[in-house]
Amino acid sequence: MLEHYLSLATKAIFVENMALAFFLGMCSFLAVSKKVETALGLGGAVIFVLAITCPLNQALTVAFLQEGSLAWAGLPNLDLSFLSFLTLIGTIAAMVQIVEMTLDRYAPALYNALGVFLPLIAVNCAILGASLFMVERDYSLGEATVFGLGSGIGWLLAIVALASIREKMRYSNVPPALRGLGITFIVVGLMSIGFMVFSGIQL
Amino acid sequence: MKKLREILDKQAGLFEKGGKFEKLYPLYEAHDTLLFTPGEVTRTASHVRDGLDLKRMMVTVVIALLPCILFALYNTGFQIHNTIEWGGSPLDSWQTALYTATGLGFDPDNVLANVLHGACYYVPIFAACFATGGAVEVTTAILRKHEVNEGFLVTGMLIPLTLPATIPLWQVVLGTAFGVIFAKEIFGGTGMNFLNPALTARAFLFFAYPAQISGDIWIAAEAADGLSGATADAFSGATLLAQAAVDGNALVGREGLWMDAFLGFIPGSMGESSAAACLLGALVLVISGVGSWRTMAGVAIGTGIMAVLLNIAGSETNPMLGVPPEWHYVLGGWAFGAVFMATDPVSSAFTDLGKLIYGFCIGVLVVLVRAVNPAYPEGMMLAILFMNMFAPLIDHFIVQANIKRREARYA
Repeated sequence: MLEHYLSLATKAIFVENMALAFFLGMCSFLAVSKKVETALGLGGAVIFVLAITCPLNQALTVAFLQEGSLAWAGLPNLDLSFLSFLTLIGTIAAMVQIVEMTLDRYAPALYNALGVFLPLIAVNCAILGASLFMVERDYSLGEATVFGLGSGIGWLLAIVALASIREKMRYSNVPPALRGLGITFIVVGLMSIGFMVFSGIQL
Repeated sequence: MKKLREILDKQAGLFEKGGKFEKLYPLYEAHDTLLFTPGEVTRTASHVRDGLDLKRMMVTVVIALLPCILFALYNTGFQIHNTIEWGGSPLDSWQTALYTATGLGFDPDNVLANVLHGACYYVPIFAACFATGGAVEVTTAILRKHEVNEGFLVTGMLIPLTLPATIPLWQVVLGTAFGVIFAKEIFGGTGMNFLNPALTARAFLFFAYPAQISGDIWIAAEAADGLSGATADAFSGATLLAQAAVDGNALVGREGLWMDAFLGFIPGSMGESSAAACLLGALVLVISGVGSWRTMAGVAIGTGIMAVLLNIAGSETNPMLGVPPEWHYVLGGWAFGAVFMATDPVSSAFTDLGKLIYGFCIGVLVVLVRAVNPAYPEGMMLAILFMNMFAPLIDHFIVQANIKRREARYA
């Protein structure tokens, strides 16, 4: 069992890296990767939110949204899966708000460090992506937790690496037309070649 | 020498500001500084008085690469002739036609014949690579008004050595152009990139044209059908790594094979097969201080530890887990990558401790990819590219730790 979870986590972190294999969560990935410290903060927040929303969404899907899952309420023929997008993103937004308020109350230093990025996580497609993958692959509650955590760690690794490369690139002499986002896109593309080292691993 | 100087000086007027070929100045400058030590000195702060400039550094690497290149010439021909002796037939290609024109036979014991036949394959690839890289380098130098750098000298030497002899020349051109433009020039040229351009070129070709760069294409001759047992293994054109992935006993059981692999008399990319030639290169690099011994040691330690761990773990179904560490060192591109690719001063970590960590991670990753990733038999190239990506991060944390330590000391 432990082995299964371990391989699931490795898969989520390296083989199917959210940022560099699926290119999810690109907006904040590109925008908040100028400094390693902020990248670390955002990555931490993403891990946190993913680890909470994934199992929560799993529970909601199994209990309410799947076809026939409302049998316990006496409605075995009901299929609410058309509501899943709405529910999943709603859960994510609510969770982010709760996380934000909790941090504001109990860890103001971290709250200030994350600033505007914390509410922005609600619209980070890596978070919704993870929930959708989880539904599509029929993960159990435990698997969903591990998958959420792993996806978050993978995303953190990717954004921190990108941030450190961009810090190093301060000494580069990029053609003027490519400065800013242009070169960042190329860097991300080159990075994903590096991440290909794991593609093809069967776990 | 004086004559040469005079010729150059006479032309200088044409290329300097206001001259006829003002735009081609980088071209003139490149030739001038290649032949003579430039008389320029640094004008602003931070003066470094050192005989070692970029040019000398790169030329040292080229010298270190010579054993590999010479062996590449020999082994490419040797593998062809060996296969033919065992009943194979030469490829139906213009290279074969070129070689048969020399009148030498297909004799694996004739060193000259081996080298010449190898050269028929190596030299065109080398020329294509240099022509492309040189053209890209000069064009960008003119467009972006910087000097032509010697960085490409090394990149251009490395790329052909990592390729199989049978690769079509247009792919060499395409790969080199991609590597030089997207991994280097786009960041401003030598010293400003974060990925190793030669490896990027190799990786690009690997993913774009898998048919020509993976599989049983490592010998430039047709193997004979119907060979059985060990002989068929040895001459089917599959690399030892590919054989080991299928059958764990393919390596350990065969006598004298380790020595062959160490010396390089095995199929593989042209310049990567010989660990001994790479070791010679490593000596030159370490003694001259151009390549970092820390990186190389890190890779060796990482590979050793990981291989031993996997040996202990073992597996019924995956024979690669049982490959002992001394085999990992001589197989595939390990030695070449550890000595020439990982030590690239630009794309590796900068700090001393960082180099050790960076090398160690490469070593661990290589063994992991070889053992658990069925998609690639060899992992050196991608492992180094992957760690190139994390090298700035390793540096970042080490520098931050240093700053913190100093703050604590003086607080």
